[in-house]
Amino acid sequence: MQKFLELSNIGIEFSTDSGVYRALTDVVLKIDQGEFITLIGHSGCGKSTVLNIVAGLLQATEGGVILSGREVTSPGPDRAVVFQNHALLPWMTVYENVELAVKQVFKGSKSKIEIEQWSMHNLELVHMQHVHYKMPHELSGGMKQRVGIARCLAMQPKVLLMDEPFGALDALTRAHLQDSLMEIQKDLNNTVIMITHDVDEAVLLSDRIVMMTNGPAATIGEVAVVDLPRPRDRVQLADDPHYTQIRQQVLSFLYDKQKLPSISPKSQQQDNSVKIAAPKVA
Amino acid sequence: MSQNSIVDGNFLADMNRNKLFNIRLSHIVKPLCVSSVGILFFLIIWQSAANRIETSLGQFPGPMQVWEQSLNLVDDYQREREREAAFYVRQSERNAERLAENPDTEIRERMYTGQATFPGQIVTSLYTVGFGFFLASIIAIPLGIICGLSENFYIAINPIIQIFKPVSPLAWLPLVTMMVSALYVSDDPMFDKSFLNSAFTVALCSLWPTVINTTLGVASIDRDLINVSRVIQLSTWKHVQKIVLPSAVPVIFTGLRLSLATGWMVLIAAEMLAQNPGLGKFIWDEFQNGSSDSLGRIMVAVVVIGFIGFLLDQMMLALQRRFSWDKQTIVR
Ligand SMILES: Nc1ncnc2c1ncn2[C@@H]1O[C@H](COP(=O)(O)OP(=O)(O)O)[C@@H](O)[C@H]1O
Ligand SMILES: [Mg+2]
Repeated sequence: MQKFLELSNIGIEFSTDSGVYRALTDVVLKIDQGEFITLIGHSGCGKSTVLNIVAGLLQATEGGVILSGREVTSPGPDRAVVFQNHALLPWMTVYENVELAVKQVFKGSKSKIEIEQWSMHNLELVHMQHVHYKMPHELSGGMKQRVGIARCLAMQPKVLLMDEPFGALDALTRAHLQDSLMEIQKDLNNTVIMITHDVDEAVLLSDRIVMMTNGPAATIGEVAVVDLPRPRDRVQLADDPHYTQIRQQVLSFLYDKQKLPSISPKSQQQDNSVKIAAPKVA
Repeated sequence: MSQNSIVDGNFLADMNRNKLFNIRLSHIVKPLCVSSVGILFFLIIWQSAANRIETSLGQFPGPMQVWEQSLNLVDDYQREREREAAFYVRQSERNAERLAENPDTEIRERMYTGQATFPGQIVTSLYTVGFGFFLASIIAIPLGIICGLSENFYIAINPIIQIFKPVSPLAWLPLVTMMVSALYVSDDPMFDKSFLNSAFTVALCSLWPTVINTTLGVASIDRDLINVSRVIQLSTWKHVQKIVLPSAVPVIFTGLRLSLATGWMVLIAAEMLAQNPGLGKFIWDEFQNGSSDSLGRIMVAVVVIGFIGFLLDQMMLALQRRFSWDKQTIVR
């Protein structure tokens, strides 16, 4: 039985100044419709590369991605991407940013009024309808990221791809956005692949946590199934032994089995190393 | 107690407002004073140096002579305007007489062709530089966009840009002149040939800063924004219109400012060499005149050229402020 989204034996090589660099080998992953997957791994291991291949922004050297029976060959709005730094067009208002995507995706199928309503509706989903007239530079980091998410939701993607969407935000803002995302995902049942470097975030949001080994030639090391009941509440989960156990599994993968990558000039450049969370006292 | 604190609050607010006002005032007044002192010193040194320099055309002009000559030029202009008005009055009187003699005579209205005045030369120069700059822009911006979008195209064309960029307007001028006289043949020309010569020379020289900056602006668009465009599958045209152009606008304006400044400099040289009407020709004519007033008049032209260059740049800056979304990196 074919799954909704399949990553079949993906491998990729980059040609660099110092020769060919093999970033990924043999990445295999099957994802169900409505599943929430997080990718976690040390910085520079190839998480973004996996996501970009699914998005069609990069072409795999070997293997490929199959989305509902069709091979992915180029980028498209059925695989919307939320970028780490919001990627809003700075010369357009919040509304125009969403509208540009809506117009493009639904041209022909939605009338002018429907386009307007649909754009506003998606801003409402992320609670940003009240700032629709503002320019991106007038918004806080969290608000920009919400608008970026609204733009993607408005495309009604089959898969929502998120590359460390909350990585640049402070802890409190991040918690708010996580709650919003869970709420939206419950209502819309989106299929999501999200990259994170925050273990708590991964356990809170995911159905499965995909842990990647260090590069070069990175691949999937372990997959943790998060079978905690939904809706999940971060405060209650803190005391949940099962939650703690899953968290422990991810932490031990990252810090015992995969160790931090040895300090090389390349990995020093990466600033978003995995956060080491102090173990919580239950 | 509460009364007291309110009073205190008001007092504090007042004091703050005064302080703020003083700060703002000192922000304006101080630079004004300092630059006035600078200009005054410059004028004094200029005058005393000028007094010591004797040329074959008399003394080198100092600020006083320049002032005198600028008044003279204004007088000349007014006299010329009076002559022009008188000419038209005479013409219409003559026409009226002729009509009275014979109602069937064909009336010919002639244009007044008097001497070119200094303000007239300024207008001609502005008009020419405007046209040349416009030509350069409508070629340079699209060319820059293509260069920025396609690396191969850029690699192909870059050597040509690099070689033509440093060419002086004087080298272009003879070629442009011959081209214009060979190709622009019409009985009733819309433009003077001399006007086209200057304008094309300006265009050729002011092309490059805009091409180079537009290329830079387009090539350095945020990768994420390009990826957004790819995900929502914008067509090439929409991509240029919605993403590339707005994103590059601040840098394009930097190029346009440089281009206009270059164009203005080139124009004066072109007018001088090719005897095209304008400020350059004014300077050349005065030089050939060789009267005792000539150097003073040339100096007036120099100052005016400087002022106009400055104003053109300020105009571009204002446009840049108006059209650029990127309010942070506005340059001075
Ligand atoms: N376009 C590219 N050219 C060369 N090397 C690349 C390119 N993109 C990514 N890489 C390399 O591939 C590895 C994985 O990168 P990335 O997927 O961005 O890591 P992550 O997102 O997990 O931090 C890194 O070592 C990076 O230097
Ligand atoms: Mg990354």
